[in-house]
Amino acid sequence: MDEIFGIPAPLLFGQLLLGLINGAFYALLSLGLAVIFGMLNVINFTHGAQFMMGAFVAWMLLNWAGLGYWWALLVAPLVVGLTGVIIEKTMISRLYKLDHLYGLLLTFGVGLVIEGVFRNEFGSSGMPYRIPAELQGSWDLGFMFMPIYRGWVVIVAIVACLATWLVIEKTKIGSYLRAATENPALVQAFGINVPRMMTLTYGAGVALAAFAGVLAAPIYSVNPQMGANLIIIVFAVVVIGGMGSILGSVVTGFTLGVIEGLTKVFWPEASSTVIFVVMAIVLLTRPAGLFGRA
Amino acid sequence: MSQDTTRRAVLGAAATAPVWGALPWRSARAQAANTIRIGVLNDQSGLYRDITGPGSTQAVRLAVQESGITQRGVNVEVIQADHQNRPDVGSTVVRQWIDRDGIDVIVDVPTSSVALAVNTIVRERNKVFLASGPATSDLTGAQCSPNTVHWTYDTWMLARGTGGAMVAAGGQTWFFITADYAFGHALERDTSEFVRQAGGRILGAVRTPFPGTTDFSSFLVQAQASRAQVVGLANAGGDTINSIKQAAEFGLTRRGVRLAGLLVFITDVHSLGLQTAQGLVLTETFYWDLNDRTRAFTQRLGSMPGGLRPSMVQAGCYSAVLHYLKAVGDMGVAAAKASGVDAVNRMKAMPTSDDAFGEGTIRPDGRKIHPAYLFQVKAPNESRYAWDYYTLLQTVPADQAFRPLAAGGCALVRS
Repeated sequence: MDEIFGIPAPLLFGQLLLGLINGAFYALLSLGLAVIFGMLNVINFTHGAQFMMGAFVAWMLLNWAGLGYWWALLVAPLVVGLTGVIIEKTMISRLYKLDHLYGLLLTFGVGLVIEGVFRNEFGSSGMPYRIPAELQGSWDLGFMFMPIYRGWVVIVAIVACLATWLVIEKTKIGSYLRAATENPALVQAFGINVPRMMTLTYGAGVALAAFAGVLAAPIYSVNPQMGANLIIIVFAVVVIGGMGSILGSVVTGFTLGVIEGLTKVFWPEASSTVIFVVMAIVLLTRPAGLFGRA
Repeated sequence: MSQDTTRRAVLGAAATAPVWGALPWRSARAQAANTIRIGVLNDQSGLYRDITGPGSTQAVRLAVQESGITQRGVNVEVIQADHQNRPDVGSTVVRQWIDRDGIDVIVDVPTSSVALAVNTIVRERNKVFLASGPATSDLTGAQCSPNTVHWTYDTWMLARGTGGAMVAAGGQTWFFITADYAFGHALERDTSEFVRQAGGRILGAVRTPFPGTTDFSSFLVQAQASRAQVVGLANAGGDTINSIKQAAEFGLTRRGVRLAGLLVFITDVHSLGLQTAQGLVLTETFYWDLNDRTRAFTQRLGSMPGGLRPSMVQAGCYSAVLHYLKAVGDMGVAAAKASGVDAVNRMKAMPTSDDAFGEGTIRPDGRKIHPAYLFQVKAPNESRYAWDYYTLLQTVPADQAFRPLAAGGCALVRS
């Protein structure tokens, strides 16, 4: 059997693919963060909790309303996005004039409260959520068995990333958003309701997190700390990609997924650390991130 | 990075909050001499919360109530704190509890790395450590202490129960997915020993970062590539749940690989759902539906946080505190408070008896001895009522369930 660095080639291909799948989650989550930071200048530390809420809403829809996975993909982002709108309207919008740190502390606190409430209500070991019948089973790729569901996650994540990029870069509303980031007073003077646009942007970023949560529900344990485990990595992804850079967070998300996947083969113990090593190196050499503007 | 700075700073304050709550006691010095203070230290906010957490405190309170010691004029105070599965946080809380708040006995402490740290501090300060949550068999082996009783289970027992059953059923080649800390290492080591003794072979192992690993697919694929017949999961709680869920997704079991969940709790089975968990073989020392006494105990415990049934760790907290308070009643509060070693020696001298574990004893190395049970998780159609999850496969008698006294290398035994 062919070997690369002492690892059988088929195993290595498998790990590359798995890394890409995890990268899809990093990309989706960091995309939401990047959109929010780019437009609102708020570092949304509630993002992990909102990812978790997406998964829990999917569970609630199934168990309390009898609505399955496909409905959850649609409804959960709307519901969680709405809570995001409320949070932005009542709390975050008051902090725009202050230092970044205030927004960070507020969203961090809100995230802890949300996690605490869910933990109190549902415990910590989590809820069962099954892969929808249509996506069960696996493909034999020759070098590994690839669950159909994971393939679906990658495709959906790429589509969602592309769609977000198109909306922001190629549509009229996207151009308003970008303009408002550069100079909110001027855009306001043209008769565009900038505060409402900010609110909706935050809602959309949160909805993206919830969407990722629904995608994650069938493969990760649906528990209150599921977001906290992931969010630290996702922040590193955003920092490496360049704060607020949409293309940066998507590319970095997938790339770091692959790097992490390879580390899991060559040095598994370091797989939770490798991303932060990359982050340190990037910050030392390019403080604005790989795709950021200094 | 940020996990070690931001989260620690904010959560660290939260962790010590219960300690501040204990401050008013210091003024009531007159009462202090006649008061036993119990500190329940465990995971209140992370992946082991359902197994330990507030449910353990609830079990301790039931033990206090049923011990009848308060009717004899002894005050018992119970407080709890969160160690976040971190040895540094756990050590800080225990030092404050003992040095400042006059805590006499530390109960529970899941997460072996934290428990080993607490074990040392409690010994230095000559208090009592009733370890129900941790798994590492080192607590009664190389690191055994005259101040510690290891109550509910340990890695040797799990290895013998589940590992032994797997080897007996023909699982000759093993690959381990191991949580990269004291507990995972001990469980892998103890299980490997059994496998080798039975003529089996270890084909490989992968150490997964703890805490913070959510995706096990990469490790599962490595396990599958090793062509081992059995994949041993030397992890616990949320890690085990994610491993089993993802093993089902990647179809490991459909391709003839057998999963050995070396430490699976009933709350994990509940979380996985019977559809995914069915057929799993596991070892526990307590099951709420085992017999009339365990059912009665579960009923007296009342409704648990999150609507869950008690785990063996929570039952162990009850049993341990009940026995400790019996010893206190026997030797007097002053003597029990004066020396943790004396209190533990008194506990060792008395046979144990309670509804959760039946009759038992405590060995000189601090190991509590009771039977272990090999269970199989039921299929959804076999489960007749809520939490009807296990079929009893085999009872391992008390004298065989744990590592032989001489084999542990405990200094207390040699002397």
